[in-house]
Amino acid sequence: MSRKVSILIVDDEESVRDSLYNWFIDDGYNVSCAEDGKHALKLLESDSIDIVLADIKMPGMDGMELQKRIKTLSREPVFIIMTAFASVDSAVQALKNGAFDYVTKPFDPDDLSHLVRNAAQQVSLRDENETLKEKITSLADVEDIVGESDALKKVLKDVESIAQSSSSVIITGESGTGKELIARAIHSNSSRKYFPLVSVHCGALTESLLESELFGHERGAFTGASFTRKGRFEMADGGTIFLDEIATISPKMQVELLRVLESKTFMRVGGNKELSSDFRVICATNRDLGSMVRSGTFREDLFYRLNVLNIKIPPLRKRKEDIPLLVNHFISKYCRSMSRDLLTIESSALNHLMNFEFPGNVRELENMIERAIVVGNGKEIRLRDLPMGQEMMSSSVESLDELERTHVEKILKKYDWNISRSARALNVDRATLYNKIKRFNLRKK
Amino acid sequence: MLAINHAYHVETDLLECNMDVSQFYNPARRQYNADLLLKAMTEMAPEGYLRYISLFKGDLYIPILTYIFGQAQLNGTFGIASPFRLRNELYGLPENHELMIERLSKVVIHELGHTFGLIHCSQPVCIMRSSTYVEDLDQKEKEFCIHCTEKMNAAL
Repeated sequence: MSRKVSILIVDDEESVRDSLYNWFIDDGYNVSCAEDGKHALKLLESDSIDIVLADIKMPGMDGMELQKRIKTLSREPVFIIMTAFASVDSAVQALKNGAFDYVTKPFDPDDLSHLVRNAAQQVSLRDENETLKEKITSLADVEDIVGESDALKKVLKDVESIAQSSSSVIITGESGTGKELIARAIHSNSSRKYFPLVSVHCGALTESLLESELFGHERGAFTGASFTRKGRFEMADGGTIFLDEIATISPKMQVELLRVLESKTFMRVGGNKELSSDFRVICATNRDLGSMVRSGTFREDLFYRLNVLNIKIPPLRKRKEDIPLLVNHFISKYCRSMSRDLLTIESSALNHLMNFEFPGNVRELENMIERAIVVGNGKEIRLRDLPMGQEMMSSSVESLDELERTHVEKILKKYDWNISRSARALNVDRATLYNKIKRFNLRKK
Repeated sequence: MLAINHAYHVETDLLECNMDVSQFYNPARRQYNADLLLKAMTEMAPEGYLRYISLFKGDLYIPILTYIFGQAQLNGTFGIASPFRLRNELYGLPENHELMIERLSKVVIHELGHTFGLIHCSQPVCIMRSSTYVEDLDQKEKEFCIHCTEKMNAAL
């Protein structure tokens, strides 16, 4: 989708500003004017400007100084410097400072049209580059969804059908199950994929910070608001906003969020202009929002507004058959990023991983593999490179009795004190296990 | 006049105007300032017309450009055009009065288009395509493309 390129003309001569304004307006550009560098900076802070055409000689801040100041802005426009007197020194200096071009007044009409058309092309290439980079990042992340289990296949099927609609989605699942990856997969498969996916981790921000983060703020809205800043809703225009840990937002923010979701309009903090944005909301939580609604800690109307579509991601212990695939995936991912030869994994290490409960889910497994590659011998991942292996190796127990006690307790804990299953795992009968529990004075905690 | 009637389906009157234009002359550039001329025109034009286009025989410029064929107020009422740079003789070619009139009518229709809110068009033969050389003028038609026609009809 093409958008109108915006041009800022900075010149102290009114006739020059007016002439250029009329010329560019006829060409269909968005044009604004500033009489000096100070006003130009103000406009650059509050508006999104793509191209700046600035006179080199102006009272106060000259064109060169303005160019330096512009470099400190978060989004640097294409800068073209104009002068009434051609001087090779100043031209070279402007280009060295990163100016796109240098032109002498008055221009030939054809030169001016070409110059601005080339600058506009540069702007559109930069936009395209940013979109593609964003897309590549998203795709790389989506590649991390690995597995062949029925549970995961069901999730991916849901993703495919949900991606086609524009309704709100809630993704639930334990910590580390990959809720953000699923959100990215929904976005990447939707018609909004060429627009941004903007993530907000609600749990990491205080109420006031979250408000300014979501809605943006005007310059001077509060102490430290030295620039006007776009909010995440504004940034997500045309795309998707992902609100992680939605259950942590305050009652006040719940009301604000509900209002925005209903009207798709909002105001920046400290602003009085109503802004609108076309975004899709995807939320994630590891808590049961339904029970929070029943206990009165989460607004029912907001819950229904968000919970149009729902995806539940199973914990890793419920899809153990995916562990070998995930292990291989993470090995190749980290070997590649660390520029190492591809490693293998010892069968005993893999067995231990298969039997581990993974309270931290896929994230925990990923961290384990990354760590094992770093600390390992560079040929294969051994049991001793994994945290559970180290626990066994570095145990401070010395007596056989103590070792037996620790092992029995661990197995009981693993099977949630199910005596039959624990006995089977230990390869002893139930009576023997009861005797050991009694002897070691073990108790369920 | 015929060209304007054909393009806009409106009646056109031709009025002669005599004024002292020395104040708009820039001796250093040996050209006339089109911005100032346009401004003066808005103050002296007779009432009762939908749009005004001033035909000025001198060479026109605006401060930032070396020359212009014409200019107009976007969504405004006034425009200006000059045949000075549309003459073949200026480029060392034999005089061709008909071609000059053809070029001038294209400039007039184009500038009037701006007064109706039309901006430059990317269609190669559309009258609203930007023309900075006479060759550009010769390549385009005296007609609006489909998109510009739609916009023009909406404006009218």
